[in-house]
Amino acid sequence: MQWFEYARPGTVGEAVRLLSEHGEKACVLAGGTDILVQLRGGFRTAEWVIDVKEIPALDEIAWDEASGLTIGAAAPCYRIYENEDVKKHYPGLIDAASLIGGTQIQGRASLGGNLCNAAPSADAVPIMIALEASCCIAGPNGERTVAVEDFCTAPGKNVLAAGELLVSLHFPAPKANSGAHYLRFIPRNEMDIAVAGAGVSVVLANGNFASARVALASVAPTPLFVKQAGDALAGQPVNDESIQRAADIAKQAAKPIDDMRGTVRYRKHLCEVLTRRALHVAVERARRNN
Amino acid sequence: MSEQSYEPNMVLSTKEFDVVGKRPLRHDGVDKVTGRAIYGADVSMAGLMHGAVLRSPHAHARIKSIDTSKAEAHPEVRAVVTSTDFVDPGDKTVDLGEGLTRLAYIRNNVLARDKVLYRGHAVAAVAAASLHDALEALELIEVEYDLLPPVLTAPDAMKEDAPLLHENLRMMEFGRPTDKVSNVSDHFRHEKGDIEQGFAEADLIVEREFDTSTVHQGYIEPHNTTALWNNDDRIHIWTSTQGPFTIRDTTAAILDKPVSQVRVTPTEIGGGFGGKIPVYIDPVAALLSKKSGHPVKIVMSRAEVLEGTGPTPGSHLKIKMGVKSDGTMMAAQAWLAYEAGAYPGAMVVPGGMCVFAAYDIPNVTIDGYDVVVNKPSTAAYRAPGATNAAFATESVVNEIAEKLGIDPLDLRLKNASKEGTRRADGPKFPRIGCVEVIEAMKNHPHYSAPLDGPNRGRGVAIGFWFNAGLPSACNIAVNPDGTITLVEGSPDIGGTRTSVAMQAAEVLGLPAEKVSPSVVDTDSVGFTAVTGGSRVTFSTGLAAIEAARDVRDQMIRRAARIWGVEEDGVDFEKGVFHLKNGTENRMTFSELAEQIATTGDPIVGRAGVNPPGVGGSFSGNIADVEVDPETGKVTILRFTAFQDAGKAIHPSYVEGQMQGGSVQGIGWALNEEYFMNAEGKMMNSSLLDYRMPTSLDLPMIDTVIIEVANPGHPFGARGVGEANIVPPPAALANAINNAVDVAMNRLPMNPVAVMEAIWGKNGATD
Repeated sequence: MQWFEYARPGTVGEAVRLLSEHGEKACVLAGGTDILVQLRGGFRTAEWVIDVKEIPALDEIAWDEASGLTIGAAAPCYRIYENEDVKKHYPGLIDAASLIGGTQIQGRASLGGNLCNAAPSADAVPIMIALEASCCIAGPNGERTVAVEDFCTAPGKNVLAAGELLVSLHFPAPKANSGAHYLRFIPRNEMDIAVAGAGVSVVLANGNFASARVALASVAPTPLFVKQAGDALAGQPVNDESIQRAADIAKQAAKPIDDMRGTVRYRKHLCEVLTRRALHVAVERARRNN
Repeated sequence: MSEQSYEPNMVLSTKEFDVVGKRPLRHDGVDKVTGRAIYGADVSMAGLMHGAVLRSPHAHARIKSIDTSKAEAHPEVRAVVTSTDFVDPGDKTVDLGEGLTRLAYIRNNVLARDKVLYRGHAVAAVAAASLHDALEALELIEVEYDLLPPVLTAPDAMKEDAPLLHENLRMMEFGRPTDKVSNVSDHFRHEKGDIEQGFAEADLIVEREFDTSTVHQGYIEPHNTTALWNNDDRIHIWTSTQGPFTIRDTTAAILDKPVSQVRVTPTEIGGGFGGKIPVYIDPVAALLSKKSGHPVKIVMSRAEVLEGTGPTPGSHLKIKMGVKSDGTMMAAQAWLAYEAGAYPGAMVVPGGMCVFAAYDIPNVTIDGYDVVVNKPSTAAYRAPGATNAAFATESVVNEIAEKLGIDPLDLRLKNASKEGTRRADGPKFPRIGCVEVIEAMKNHPHYSAPLDGPNRGRGVAIGFWFNAGLPSACNIAVNPDGTITLVEGSPDIGGTRTSVAMQAAEVLGLPAEKVSPSVVDTDSVGFTAVTGGSRVTFSTGLAAIEAARDVRDQMIRRAARIWGVEEDGVDFEKGVFHLKNGTENRMTFSELAEQIATTGDPIVGRAGVNPPGVGGSFSGNIADVEVDPETGKVTILRFTAFQDAGKAIHPSYVEGQMQGGSVQGIGWALNEEYFMNAEGKMMNSSLLDYRMPTSLDLPMIDTVIIEVANPGHPFGARGVGEANIVPPPAALANAINNAVDVAMNRLPMNPVAVMEAIWGKNGATD
């Protein structure tokens, strides 16, 4: 681990200035649950560590019936799953926020950090994709918005350019008769990395799926949005056959690798199982929401 | 049967005492729960430097050169050492309590000399003003390697054309040296009866092959040491170890110093399970201290613990057993190949002693192979070698029971070893509790409880492990306030301060609270062998009993002097001295203790023992699981552990051992493994990815203590630390088999493995 300089800007502008100034030599510290491990383990080096937790916009959680939910990129998981609005309107998000790491990790870890770390196994990302979340990014040239499914580009890589900072995540207000769920598979029951995960959302209308979205964890170089699985459900009746078809499409879309956490065959198989099971839960939630 | 209608922790007591068998608070409890106990990483002193170790990135390579000049030039570096700083031990052998070992193997494991034999093998070390500087300096050391092909499993290493780890390693066969240069350091065979005849007489023969992965003990406290090489050439080491005298003797041998010049203070220990017996960083810190003139502390990281210390062997086993149709075992054959890691000494010898120990079988052949591979040099792990063996044997026994339609516990009872049964490796069992353990399992409500629901299954298995004697010393001083101070040399891993103190208390008729036990350094107590082999409560307990008897006899003489009678005129009972002649004269222990200073010399009891009469302990499990047939994940619904403790000196600590051993066995069974890539790199060297069970992965483990008194101990105690880890993998394999009808032949039985077995059964292809 190298010595580094530490800065704690109080505004987005100041953070962007520091990040622009130090470019590749800087890294952003939110909860630190990934960055500190990477710096200590020598997997990453940084001359500047920019702590963004003090910036109000990165720490807020705001809900509005018309515009939806905004979560600051550095807001820790425990504040998300203890927030009454989030609990009521986005139970699928609670699924992910409450299973990342363990209790201590959840006191620090953030959705923004999970996304910027860009691990294929990121537990918060598939459900954010399923919920059509978008990223609000500030940079030297102003703000821009990127859909979550377009944010990660490779393992550990994302779309942020030099000087850019992920400020917040925005979730549209849930539609009537909608439901979502994130289901992860790990060999233990806590403190583990997803062997595979499935985040899904559904909107029901008149006994049919009006629309659906499916995204997978740990089975591709980035969290994987399987658009065709959700599209296959649109207009279909809500039954085991439709759900099975979508699950099979998810399985086909998965491009996993063999590693210490699982084999290609096993992970593809899990995609089918998890997508199917997650869709059933999402349908149950959607029915309760009508 | 509801969950509440049975006792979760039963003690099937056969004999009662005043102190022994009760549950007093542990003497070190307050320090442990308030964080005041001093562990090795807490050790600090003036001028302390921090050491760090450079480790090989390669599993097998020849060291061409090591250039330390840049590290030495680092302004904060005080010393750099490599193996050339050690005296060359040549062919010298040492006996460090486990038979003769080549000193060069130990020395070369501590710092590699010509070759690195596993990834994580220590190559050099530095001491610097801060750990950060030391780690920075490691990157300045330049090592040139010639890469060699790694060999990672016993079957690969045994091939004729396998790359050799040691060009001078000649195989021992049947106890004799051979000329064969090989990765097999030893091939032994135990034979009893006529194996061919035995199989010929069998009505059913079951033969299966098994593999088990390398697993680590997983003690939470990493290895640590602080060494001070003083100007008078005396070396003081503070370290977390199971054997301070082993550290002393090994360090002295490696540094070529007399043992009297090395003093080892064992700090509190955060787990060992056998893994904190070998020496790793102590001689390195000592050399760094000598070169720098400062005390030097080294604390391993978790990755260093996993990659650079001794796990337990991976193994490859073939078991063949033949039975009559009534279940009578006629013949049993075992082929055991255990991976020693980089240097000879896999735990295959005890594996061979335990593989059929539970059964009285007339015809037996056991072949064992000790095989070196490019993995860390293995160390003991709780009943070393026995868990691997029992996984195989017990799985075959369960299959036989199923095929014959006999209850698996009845099959075991029919063939159970008992007093007088001769094991294939020679010894006859003394009084043992194999039958009693199986009967307790049969009688337990768990065994007859209904297990409803799909994909659920129940499994059983039993296991055996020895009890070591070995030397222990103990001193007891009597204080004027009626208490005693007890000094011992056995690091306390499992509550042994208290279980040893209780035995002295029982002899002297004192409550356990009136004993103040201390574990002291190697200059302050007589030689005491390692905390291992489940021996401390037995052997150090015996030393405490003998020392307490010495105190008692001296106190009787003192009472006789005070009363002006012959010493045989004084009786001692339940903490009270009184005259035999019926007069009113009596003194409590406290009253007499108060008078010691004014009536003669101080009273100090002492004992050194090396006891025979070791017990050995049988254990058993009943396990209920539910398997998710779509993911292969196993959930343990209920788990009951049974063990013969002889006499549970402190039942809470026996239960703790049973639960702890069960948890480690469950971890070994379900998820733990060294996941190696083709180059011999461990891919999961963190506790995130080396998956030991967490509290959410376990049910409460119920315990049943069986007490079949060990005639070799005054209170009947047997060693209980280890046998409990032996049955869980086989019991869980049996439960998984009953749940989803797949035969599991490989550990770990992780979700991928179970799913593959289910696919195999269904003929699924995709």
